[in-house]
Amino acid sequence: MANTLQFDLVSPERKLASVQATEVQIPGAEGDMTAMAGHVATITTLRPGILKAIGPQGTQAFAVTGGFAEIGASSVTVLAERAIPVDDLSGTVLDDLVKEARELLAIAPEDQKAHAEMVLSDVLALRSHAKH
Amino acid sequence: MPSLKDLKNRITSVKNTRKITKAMQMVAAAKLRRAQEAAEAARPYADRMNAVIAGLAASVGGSNGAPRLLAGTGADKVHLLKVHLLVVMTSERGLCGGFNTTIVRLVRAKANELLAAGKTVKILTVGKKGREQLRRDFGDHFVGHVDMAEVKRVGYANAQDIAREIFARFEAGEFDVATIFFNRFQSVISQIPTAQQIIPAQPVETSEVSALYDYEPSEEAILADLLPRGVATQIFTALLENGASEQGARMSAMDNATRNAGDMINKLTIQYNRSRQAAITKELIEIISGAEAL
Repeated sequence: MANTLQFDLVSPERKLASVQATEVQIPGAEGDMTAMAGHVATITTLRPGILKAIGPQGTQAFAVTGGFAEIGASSVTVLAERAIPVDDLSGTVLDDLVKEARELLAIAPEDQKAHAEMVLSDVLALRSHAKH
Repeated sequence: MPSLKDLKNRITSVKNTRKITKAMQMVAAAKLRRAQEAAEAARPYADRMNAVIAGLAASVGGSNGAPRLLAGTGADKVHLLKVHLLVVMTSERGLCGGFNTTIVRLVRAKANELLAAGKTVKILTVGKKGREQLRRDFGDHFVGHVDMAEVKRVGYANAQDIAREIFARFEAGEFDVATIFFNRFQSVISQIPTAQQIIPAQPVETSEVSALYDYEPSEEAILADLLPRGVATQIFTALLENGASEQGARMSAMDNATRNAGDMINKLTIQYNRSRQAAITKELIEIISGAEAL
């Protein structure tokens, strides 16, 4: 029985990962979710957070800033605006992300302020999470 | 009749020119390979993005709640005076054959057509070469410029910056329709100037059934989130295609220049040898006729 699914992570600039995984943890806009083989077909947007693919070859984790995930019964495709392998996450990268989120909040039009604030708080959570 | 020395100098100078154009051709070839790889790498993302947007647009598009990026501002229904924003993508450097001229020609034709139809045209230039060429005819229509001179390698961040600038203008109600102009890379010798409408979005027709998906959050919310990303992705693709086209155009232009320089060297060398021979013959005749006179 096939209990793995094909996990693809693509960013606009390149393909970051394409592996078999048994489960994929996705930071969805409405809460984290874990996709396993046989998951109902779903499309969800992402919030800034940690994306984790656990598979026979080990675990791969990425920090993603936004985008969306397409989940099917036998595959998960994540289109992330920016994805950074967790191992490459350093203080400066995170600080840059926070700075960028702050700038976006500053220039966001009135009706998008709430969304930008949410993004900022997610990025802050990501940073504090990574520090431990 | 130029002197022998002049000819010699001329030959040396053309030889130097040939060396330079040859070097530029090789640099362009190397850059072209990198640009093509970048364009290749960006394709999966753009393809998925377009497919998902097309699926969503097909199911949400008809309803009243469709986002303005998809449905448009409705200006065309209220009155005929639409404001068009033309985003012109050209290179920062010259010496790339007809690369910039072909884009500018397309923009000029489009702008004249729109103006003749009584619409307002605004132009946003990316890359300074197009700006220079358009300034004389359409200088009054310029609304902004994005400088790419400092950008060594086009990244998604550049596309996002351009997209943000366009959205800010869209939100402010400065225009109703946005079209990007760029060269689509076909091969080293052929680049196709292309006009692509990005706002309102024109999703590709899809036969894929999208209703099978669960959407989280709602379809409308996802579409509203994705459309700006889709526009940024289209701009990014255009930038990459343009980058590859520029290098391709430069490569063939420099190849031609190298060949022309070679031809010119041959012609000048023949001329040089002829006049050298003529000088020798003349001296011989002088010596012989001098000897005969004795």
